[in-house]
Amino acid sequence: MAIVTPPRPEALAPEQPLNKPVRFIRRPTGYTPGIWGWMTTVDHKKIGIMYSVTAFFFFLIGGIEALLLRIQLGGPDQTFLRADTYNQVFTMHGTTMIFLVIMPLSAGLANYLLPIMIGARDVAFPRLNALGYWVFLAGGLFMYSSFFLGGAPNGGWFGYVPLTRNLPGHNVDYWVFGLQILGIASLTGAVNLIVTVINMRAPGMSLMRMPIFVWMSLVAQFLLLFAIPVITVALFLLSFDRLFSTNFFNVAAGSDPLLWQHLFWLFGHPEVYILILPAMGIVSEVLPVFSRKPLFGYQVMVFSGIAIGFMGWGVWAHHMFATGLGPVAVSAFSASTMFIAVPTGVKIFNWISTLWKGKLTFPTPMLFAIGFVAMFTIGGLSGVTHGVVPADTQQTDTYYIVAHFHYVLFGGSMFGLFAGAYYWYPKFAGKLLNERLGKIHFWLMFIGFNMTFGPFHILGLQGMPRRIYTYPEGRGWDVWNLVSTIGSFVIALSILTFCINVLKTRKTQQDVGEDPWDARTLEWTIPSPPPEYNFKEIPLVTSRDELWHRKYTEDDDGRSVRRAVTLEQPEMPGTEVEPSTDAHDGPDHAEGDDGHTDPAHDDEEHEPHIHMPSPSYWPLLTALGLPILSYGMIYKTWAVAILGGVWIFGSIYSWALEPATAPEDLPDHGSDESLEAVHA
Amino acid sequence: MRRNRRLAAFSASLFLFLAACAGNAPQDTLEPKGPVARQIDHLINPVFIVAGVVFVLVEGLVLLAVIKFRARPDSPEPEQIHGNTRLEVGWTLAPALILLAVAVPTIATIFDLSKKPENAVNVTVIGHQFWWEYRYEDLGVVTANELRMPVGRPVELTLNSDDVIHSYWIPPLGGKTDVVPGRNNTMHLEAETPGEYLGQCTEFCGASHANMRAKAIAMAPADFDAWVAGQKAAAPAPAAGTMAEEGALLFAQKGCGGCHTVQGVSEGKIGPNLTHLATRTTFAGSIFNNNDQNLRTWLRDPQAAKPGNKMIIPGGPLAPDEITKLIAYLDTLR
Amino acid sequence: MTDVISAAAGSHTEVEPGHPPTSTGLTNEKVGMWAFLGSECLLFGALISTYLLFKGQSAPGTITPHDVFDIPYTSVSSFVLLMSSLTMVLALAGIQRGDHRLTRVWLLTTALLGASFVAGQAYEFTVFVREGMNLRVNLFGSSFFVLTGFHGAHVTIGVLMLLSLYSLSLKGKLPAEKAETVELVGLYWHFVDVVWIVIFTLVYLIP
Repeated sequence: MAIVTPPRPEALAPEQPLNKPVRFIRRPTGYTPGIWGWMTTVDHKKIGIMYSVTAFFFFLIGGIEALLLRIQLGGPDQTFLRADTYNQVFTMHGTTMIFLVIMPLSAGLANYLLPIMIGARDVAFPRLNALGYWVFLAGGLFMYSSFFLGGAPNGGWFGYVPLTRNLPGHNVDYWVFGLQILGIASLTGAVNLIVTVINMRAPGMSLMRMPIFVWMSLVAQFLLLFAIPVITVALFLLSFDRLFSTNFFNVAAGSDPLLWQHLFWLFGHPEVYILILPAMGIVSEVLPVFSRKPLFGYQVMVFSGIAIGFMGWGVWAHHMFATGLGPVAVSAFSASTMFIAVPTGVKIFNWISTLWKGKLTFPTPMLFAIGFVAMFTIGGLSGVTHGVVPADTQQTDTYYIVAHFHYVLFGGSMFGLFAGAYYWYPKFAGKLLNERLGKIHFWLMFIGFNMTFGPFHILGLQGMPRRIYTYPEGRGWDVWNLVSTIGSFVIALSILTFCINVLKTRKTQQDVGEDPWDARTLEWTIPSPPPEYNFKEIPLVTSRDELWHRKYTEDDDGRSVRRAVTLEQPEMPGTEVEPSTDAHDGPDHAEGDDGHTDPAHDDEEHEPHIHMPSPSYWPLLTALGLPILSYGMIYKTWAVAILGGVWIFGSIYSWALEPATAPEDLPDHGSDESLEAVHA
Repeated sequence: MRRNRRLAAFSASLFLFLAACAGNAPQDTLEPKGPVARQIDHLINPVFIVAGVVFVLVEGLVLLAVIKFRARPDSPEPEQIHGNTRLEVGWTLAPALILLAVAVPTIATIFDLSKKPENAVNVTVIGHQFWWEYRYEDLGVVTANELRMPVGRPVELTLNSDDVIHSYWIPPLGGKTDVVPGRNNTMHLEAETPGEYLGQCTEFCGASHANMRAKAIAMAPADFDAWVAGQKAAAPAPAAGTMAEEGALLFAQKGCGGCHTVQGVSEGKIGPNLTHLATRTTFAGSIFNNNDQNLRTWLRDPQAAKPGNKMIIPGGPLAPDEITKLIAYLDTLR
Repeated sequence: MTDVISAAAGSHTEVEPGHPPTSTGLTNEKVGMWAFLGSECLLFGALISTYLLFKGQSAPGTITPHDVFDIPYTSVSSFVLLMSSLTMVLALAGIQRGDHRLTRVWLLTTALLGASFVAGQAYEFTVFVREGMNLRVNLFGSSFFVLTGFHGAHVTIGVLMLLSLYSLSLKGKLPAEKAETVELVGLYWHFVDVVWIVIFTLVYLIP
């Protein structure tokens, strides 16, 4: 449990011998340079970047896996991959894209943006935040280490028992323990972001003024909070079966293998919304900015997101329509599956209405956002056809399903995330990505995506099952499979374009200022990239789309008119104005913030003393213990497992005793009293 | 013009969707060949049409907005519209009503299809990694990989698994049902015309999931009765002095009977019953047509022919002349 | 501490000294603990559901709950755990009043009660194993040991946290301003307690 977040001054000598406790390793400070600075950071922005970059590397790996699968299926009776290799690759493709790509990309964006969008300086528990990242990285590397240690997981991303109980070797063990580790990462992230949004909003940032991306991320984090424990239990039971021969999924002992499916999908369906809601949030941020209109029906967007979150818990059995649940249960889940389309449909109409009568420009983020709306609609419609259960018994476990969820997760989530990447890149890096390459990226991806996954609809309806490593001639599947394989390489080309764009942009010199898009929300009021403390002073929020209202007012026809001078909030030093100590000592100031900022500490350069939590080694060290424990468990090398356990326990214990802010980081001018307060 | 290309992409995907109805795909789900599959088809076709209309409407609106409201040099700043309660209630209710219209016939069909058919042929289907066993308990027949059924009479399948979860599916005749160990799921199929209908296992079941295919052979009732009579009889013993007799001897020596039943000869339960192997059109999970050349490929190295299957040859690989003799024997199992 | 600017400055509500003001008026730690416990509900919910689903499904002729359960024994240990919630409340009351001696007494009592519950559970397990029940014997064995073992692990972690608080207090590092730390551990402790009431009722008492 990370504790209080009081704080460290900005410009202070890193070493303060005073009262320094004896430690094995010296605590890093905010000035620790280079790689150690990153490894010990608790800055939500750095962590957000690490999440995103790591997830993007996993995206490349998962994409290469996809290409291998498509080469194998490019024609009938191919021998490019052997059966078991194919099974490993498709298992890892699914597991990677869900747990190591889309979830952490969303987590990375949320980490970076949520605090800034609600006007906070950091997340609620900065060290827990770092732990989440390191655990995610440890889990991903642990799972991928299986490729070098006897073979990757080969039981599918859904891991149905009794197959996964029976499969020999350690392949499935890596999957089970890897997912457990990743679950810890997601859970800590969920607790952290939920508390951040609930508790750390700037004054005036009421719930119904929060940017929609914050809302959708909040709903997704609540889903994670409640969904992760369910799969934790399922994986726990499976690992006990595999390691200690318990009977949870032993049919011979009277178990019902459908228990696994219920637990897995009770997690797995909310998981789908965990993957798509943040992307919906991104699109809801991007469309208004480039339409120069507010989001149409903000309240409805919020409530439909919440409704999706709730209803997402009542549809899990639609993954099990063919398992023999009986007509009553099946009918109930059929109905719930169809009606979850209602809040989703509402969102689509509201997005279109946001465009309607706007003044649309089409830079790359807007293209991806519109692509999202167009492609997600297709995924939504095919989703409704799955609700028609008798038809679903023809569709399920065929490529029609594969088409459906790629339209949702690629055409939806990934398009949304790319929209977000292009939209917020200038905030992260202080530079705009190249527009020409961005547009090439979009169109290649749009065409490649439809070429790859569009034909899957046909293949599925023509009876091609999923998860087959080969198929014979004469089924009528040859042509569309070839088209799809070609399409997958077009997607690969588009991703290459994106990589080139990022690399090229790194070399350019640009100054995009705070607000390159003429945007609407708080993150665009601070420099790009933001300083460590985000806001020199915590902003006072007076309306939804706060920044827009500072820049624009409405005329009699309801059209926006730029204010002569951007409205300066006393609490919010304008982007161009250097904050001066005196400016904040007026009466306005006192009423805005209850004295929890203190401009009196500004030094000569007018840089405010804002005390941020200190970096720490413990999150990294705690995370390192998890793979050690897991290797020990998998290979039943109890000494290693115990070492891992002690390692984790020791790290957490040291962490708990470490104050959130290193004593030597506390302000020197703060007198001995403040130091003692922390030491006491 | 970029906008036009987008239009082209959309109409192309719509065209693809329609194209799915055509083509010569034996496992096509949209080409029903029996009443069960037809009932499903009749249910889904209007849903596809409604979905198509919504698709055109939504994508049309997106396109229209993109074309009509793109910024032009003289465009004024847009009116700041925050929402419209009436409209929003409208597009909440409209999809709800459409979905209600879809849900009612769906649920009716679910219950209709769950009814047990009358006068059905009962067959127990047992899923194995990676082949199907069919037990006609009432008729005293056991066979593998090919479901024989009379035309015009429903077949009630009771599904069970010997190992992991499989899923039984013959798309032209009906939807799939999972084959779950420890549960007895049921489903029924019916064919209208004699012929062969292809399908396959659709629940991932291990290394050779792709090689676990299924086949239903619908026959005129008289032919079906004749087939049953033939299956009930024991296979004739090979004539003395033939190569087939040497093969029979090898079958015993090599221990094939440990896994395979040949009625009157052996009682193995692990592999498929081979009593009437020669009457089947396919073998090994229906991935091979039943001919001498394929049998030779199979017996030379079963693991290469079908990765991960459970067939082992005790005492190592067979010599070519042993294979020839065994095939001669297997060919007599009519 | 007054001159330290908080990184977490939120809205206007002062929560407690040294803690940044937050939007809800509750500290981050407390909101975080509630969120975590919400998650834990689902964890135990899934485990208990698994146990109930497998109830009576074990292979015939294998060991049953009826063969091994000693209700009076487990009732006593349940009572011990229940009492520890009371002493936990007293510990919190102690620190809130600034009575550190009393706080330490009740913290230690709570920890000891919890530890005796765990010890009792360990003894119960050994008895069961001697009677031929184990993780592998049947569905009942697997689901019983995993469910109650999971709970026992939670109690053990709670005991460790209580002992840490006790030692902090001994060293004078648990001033009255940190009463909330005790409250948070208390929240966890009560949760684990309530879960046991549910498990005891569903697993032991309902036949």
